[in-house]
Amino acid sequence: MTNVLALIETSASGAITGSAAGLIAAASKLGVPVAVVVTQQGEGAAAVSELGNLGAQHVYLAESPEVGRLMAAAQVEALMSAARELDPSAVILANSVESREIAGRFAVRSGGGLLVDVVDVRTAQDGSAVGVHSIFGGTYTVEATVQSGPTVITLRQGALNEPAASKVPSTTTVSLAVAAGNATTITMVQPVSSGSGRPALRGAAAVVSGGRGLGSKQNFVLVEQLADALGAAVGASRAAVDAGYIEQNSQVGQTGITVSPQLYVALGISGAIQHRAGMQTAKTIVAINKDEDAPIFEVADFGIVGDVFTVVPQLIEALQARSN
Amino acid sequence: MKIIVLVKQVPDTEEERRLDPVTGLLDRGANECVADEINERALEVALRHRDANKGTEVVALTVGPASATAVLRKALSMGADSAVHVVDDLLEGADIAATARVLAAAVQQAGFDLVVTGNESTDGRGGVVPAMVAEHLGLPLLSSLNTMEITPERVAGEATVEAGNLTVSALLPAIVSVTERSAEARFPNFKGILTAKRKPLATLSLEDLGVIPHGGGANSTVLTVSERPARTAGKKIVDDGTAAKDLADFLVASRLI
Repeated sequence: MTNVLALIETSASGAITGSAAGLIAAASKLGVPVAVVVTQQGEGAAAVSELGNLGAQHVYLAESPEVGRLMAAAQVEALMSAARELDPSAVILANSVESREIAGRFAVRSGGGLLVDVVDVRTAQDGSAVGVHSIFGGTYTVEATVQSGPTVITLRQGALNEPAASKVPSTTTVSLAVAAGNATTITMVQPVSSGSGRPALRGAAAVVSGGRGLGSKQNFVLVEQLADALGAAVGASRAAVDAGYIEQNSQVGQTGITVSPQLYVALGISGAIQHRAGMQTAKTIVAINKDEDAPIFEVADFGIVGDVFTVVPQLIEALQARSN
Repeated sequence: MKIIVLVKQVPDTEEERRLDPVTGLLDRGANECVADEINERALEVALRHRDANKGTEVVALTVGPASATAVLRKALSMGADSAVHVVDDLLEGADIAATARVLAAAVQQAGFDLVVTGNESTDGRGGVVPAMVAEHLGLPLLSSLNTMEITPERVAGEATVEAGNLTVSALLPAIVSVTERSAEARFPNFKGILTAKRKPLATLSLEDLGVIPHGGGANSTVLTVSERPARTAGKKIVDDGTAAKDLADFLVASRLI
């Protein structure tokens, strides 16, 4: 089996982020999973056992003072260095703002081929990596492979939920020389307030979204209350965002975030085609809407024609009664 | 300052979009094709800078089939000063690798201080092309900016990432991609539509750009295409006061809580 690199994302404080499990799981499906992580000097040791628990066979620790100071530069260099040493058949990265840039640059620099926004991977009979894409909001499933170079894959966050079996990893530590050159510098980081304590929308196992049917920003609290009762992330339709009920980064749909959770609950959302494109690959869809002709019901596994302001409080009560 | 805005023709998301079941390529005949909205926001950002800074030139550039001229005409009517259309039969079936190589060659030939584009298209949604263009040219990328500030030497802005909000900055020349939070695109006005017809629109082939295509430069192959069976509606009940309890039971039975 060939080596497959998974580029692990870290927070501003150097902690491993939530996308790691899926990246290592995908790498495990294609070969020997090697976690590549870039940290400040001497700060990577804690990551090793954590990455082993997530299934990494080997951890490639690259240390650079430029991580967190320059966009992408240290990570691309780490992948180039790991690729020279380990000759991987594939490299897997998260489909996030930062890792997309690393993927694009690494693919060009290494002469690899790109498979983007992949929802699953498998190994073809000839041993090559195959990416499974979900196109146009899940209307089509397309399998693709690359012709030459390592296969560089960006993995849709939350698409792979089965973690790989844990391992006791071996470790390589390297010190990276990164030429700052004309790279983009990060001049300030404002961490997101973790105030809500809710899971991030991208990659959440459960999502509760609200639409124009909520009627006002005040009423939108109902969506948050149900999300908290279910341990879910909060999403919204474009109509709710345009009406100012919630920030745009919560928008699910064609021009927002595509989610593929185990459970998607749509409250007061009519289900325009643009919204459905962002959520119709959810395993189970629940919709509550007072308009019985709302198109959301065409894709819902469980639909309730009713008033969200009546049904949702009762549902929250029922969920709380159960958890007690 | 010369700003090139990369624009793209995409199938209209208002309609059902189709793939060719054999090749996996976009079925361009199945839909009306329109200018991708995200690039119109990129154009708006560039036009606002020009409106406030004399001596700024804005060029719209696309790689696409003959029909993509419509997207450039629209960009010109919104206010772009000129347009470049890279069109070549050899580009049929070009993937992101090929497209990025051709875009890089085209912007390099045109010359620029800044390239601005959307962070991801509504059809491909890969969001990697700006980075690939930047890598081909050895230039910095400021990815997924919500706000952008241009000075004669630098470009800076804010991007939202998983960890929070980043403020980033780079020396010009540079490549920038913007999100849908960046700017609301203007509508072409009557004067804009009239003057657009007189603005220069250059058409270039791959030979003009000196790009030697290896099968269009593509490096990915579609193996299979399958259409997902339409999702079917499940249970639908009208609330008579017990629907919430039924739903809670359903969630338990489905092991979702």
